[in-house]
Amino acid sequence: MSIKVRYFASLKESIGRSEDELVFVDVISVVDIWKKINNEELPSNILAAVNMEYVSFDTLVNDGDEVAFFPPVTGG
Amino acid sequence: MGMKLLSSHQSLGANVEVKILTEPFDPWQEIQQFQLSSSAMQGKYGATSIFVGTMRDFNEGDEVTGMTLEHYPGMTEKQLGKIITEAMQKWQVLDVLVVHRVGDIFPDDPIVLVAVWSSHRGDAFDVSRFIMEALKSKAPFWKKEILQSEAVRWVDKNTDGYKK
Repeated sequence: MSIKVRYFASLKESIGRSEDELVFVDVISVVDIWKKINNEELPSNILAAVNMEYVSFDTLVNDGDEVAFFPPVTGG
Repeated sequence: MGMKLLSSHQSLGANVEVKILTEPFDPWQEIQQFQLSSSAMQGKYGATSIFVGTMRDFNEGDEVTGMTLEHYPGMTEKQLGKIITEAMQKWQVLDVLVVHRVGDIFPDDPIVLVAVWSSHRGDAFDVSRFIMEALKSKAPFWKKEILQSEAVRWVDKNTDGYKK
């Protein structure tokens, strides 16, 4: 299955790119996607979204989903 | 005015508009335009609550000369729509207008406008505050500040507006 992963703000800068297109054979969770990409634990202050809705790190993703990781929001 | 509208409105039953703008805007003009175009609420509203957030020239003890606001297109509109829907389920509200800037912003520029029309002041005040606080913690916007020293830094997090 194919998953798009997006990064925003300071996280985009530290990772050095705004998105990845990943292909997985097995069902995978949000936190495991992070670990595969970054080879580290997912920091607790990072927020995660799937298809533009906030999710917990253990949420499983489906084919075609858009996953996003970003720092705490600072609008307004 | 050369304003670029990234997202037009989302209809949620009542008259609700969410605008994300890449160019400076005049909140008072936005309010007037919206109110004139909303004929359904004529004669029905007794209270209008308006919040305008403006850029300061200082933060965390440093002089700030400008900032860039990034957002997550699509998710921003989705989250703001959810926040407004939740408010409309909790309180009696007629109309809601939310405008938020992205891009390059300078001191004294309006960043955000939340305007709420209701029959009574209690609901108008409460919904304005509810939307603003929820926006601060859930809408995916990020500020990057440019300091007087020309150093650039991301704003860490928003504070809880209810904390004294």
